Amino acid sequence: MSKVLLKGNETIAEAAMRAGCKLFFGYPITPSTEIVEYLAKHLPKGGGTVLQAECEVAAINMCFGAAAAGARVMTASSSPGISLKQEGISYLAANELPVVIVNINRTGPGLGGLGPAQSDYFQSTKGGGHGDYRLIVLAPSKAQELYDLTMEAFDLADKYRNPVLLLADGFLGQMMEPVQLKERKEENLPPKDWKTDGCKGRAKRKIASYFLVNELAEEGCRRWQAKYDQIKEAEQRWESFYADDAEYLLVGYGTCGRIAKSVVLNARKQGIKLGLIRPITLWPFPVKAFTSHFDGIKGIVTVELNAGQMIEDVKLAVNCRVPVHLYSRQGGMLPHEREILKYVGQVFNLPVRGEA
Amino acid sequence: MQKVFGRPKGLTEIPFHYCPGCTHGIIHRLIGEVLEELNIIEDTIGVAPVGCAGFSLDFFSCDFVGAAHGRAQAVATGIKRALPDRIVFTYQGDGDIAAIGTSHAIHVAARGEKITSIMVNNAIYGMTGGQMAPTTLTGQVTTTSPYGRDNAVAGFPIDLPKTIATFDGAVYVASVSVDSPKHILQAKKAIKKAFQVQQAGLGFTLVSILSTCPTNWGMSPVDSLKWLREKMIPVYQMGEIKVSEEVKGL
Repeated sequence: MSKVLLKGNETIAEAAMRAGCKLFFGYPITPSTEIVEYLAKHLPKGGGTVLQAECEVAAINMCFGAAAAGARVMTASSSPGISLKQEGISYLAANELPVVIVNINRTGPGLGGLGPAQSDYFQSTKGGGHGDYRLIVLAPSKAQELYDLTMEAFDLADKYRNPVLLLADGFLGQMMEPVQLKERKEENLPPKDWKTDGCKGRAKRKIASYFLVNELAEEGCRRWQAKYDQIKEAEQRWESFYADDAEYLLVGYGTCGRIAKSVVLNARKQGIKLGLIRPITLWPFPVKAFTSHFDGIKGIVTVELNAGQMIEDVKLAVNCRVPVHLYSRQGGMLPHEREILKYVGQVFNLPVRGEA
Repeated sequence: MQKVFGRPKGLTEIPFHYCPGCTHGIIHRLIGEVLEELNIIEDTIGVAPVGCAGFSLDFFSCDFVGAAHGRAQAVATGIKRALPDRIVFTYQGDGDIAAIGTSHAIHVAARGEKITSIMVNNAIYGMTGGQMAPTTLTGQVTTTSPYGRDNAVAGFPIDLPKTIATFDGAVYVASVSVDSPKHILQAKKAIKKAFQVQQAGLGFTLVSILSTCPTNWGMSPVDSLKWLREKMIPVYQMGEIKVSEEVKGL
């Protein structure tokens, strides 16, 4: 199949349609807006629905209704809009509704800027809304991955009855890259024998997250946590790049993961045994990547577009057995390869040549 | 012996546990009867709010979804857009639909969303223990307006159906009461009409129903009905507030 040139946001929209997404509810916000625009243009042609909601809160709750009715549904936004959706996201998780949510991360806090940022890592992976819930969080780093992971997000959502968040940034959302539009693989997914679509021929169903009896509430919490444990075991994903014989590791996801690859190649040219772990799932965090690469690792640098958020998960993953440092740019700035390599040289006292 | 009265099929066998004298029970029954009479129980999905009305998801025999505070109409929009041939209704208190959910109330009406909203207006927040609602009457004492609602501080009561009626997408808007047998029959007629309008796919329908809260009003059930009749009905525009041309032709 031939490749097409699409903007990152358009790639996500195209993948969603090909994954069988029938409904999209959203509200425009830069740098994610091309997603709603592309879908508004193309989804109705195939009998789907795109509705521009009155606000982000409405959009996520419309997703709630459509998912409860059994449909494949998606919403997309950027950081401040995602904050507004957090109430609904907590309810989606509590009611175990499969919805795909896209966050093209702006800078933050507050209104922030439009440049690439990863400042929503905590919000994405640690909750954001109220309660003890988890989202499956996918972090693509290039157009093909935007496409593949968007498609897969729908299957993961259905498989686990859980909202799935696709987390990218303005760099990935706005760039243009060739992408191969693969057809959807038929997954063997569980039947939606919980959906509320009218009780013809069966007993009534209800979808609600209200527990007045503490014993029942605890039972619900335990059920969710058991599901999260299952996801942690089965769905950790990462890319390992020159990590097998590495003495030093970079850890970066998304745009940072992409930049870090060049850093690794440059370091190797200088004889420095640098490798990269690029988390693809941010939740569950790919702890297994570190246990399998731990021997011989002398130090780690996380590369993040925030003040240091993922670094906490990396430290937990290596359990304080190696030093973990942070190289960070913020506010929409991207690190240059040579800055990162220079920092690696500094913190580990390695000879890095010139401007690298 | 011939059975002459029983629970409508639109209700489950679960006994209501609303406070004595609360009119949620009457309103539930009216909706349950309408679902049965129109033969739409199996085609209907209800959306419950938070607050006392949040319990309604157990009491109706159709599928039901529990929404977050104020979001029932956004959830109903999602269900209806996914399943356009089903009947979708929200059952919301005045706090839910006229305070935290106001934006959704306005926009489902503006879009002509083909759903039905039942607004139960008892001029107070019930489950949270009797706080002021947007619909609380001027001078009415609540736990958060202990000296009576002062318009200079807390603003004026909102007559939501009147506002909703101004939107082109709202095709049938009625305000009724359940304080007397005559009014109960009128209320049933309005509810039935609203569901029939939805069946015909004509647009958004709203039925507001004045209701009592003896517990938080601090009155007996009988005095509550009297208070509703004497104090609330004069404040809120009653009757069929909007019947659009296409609804007249139904």
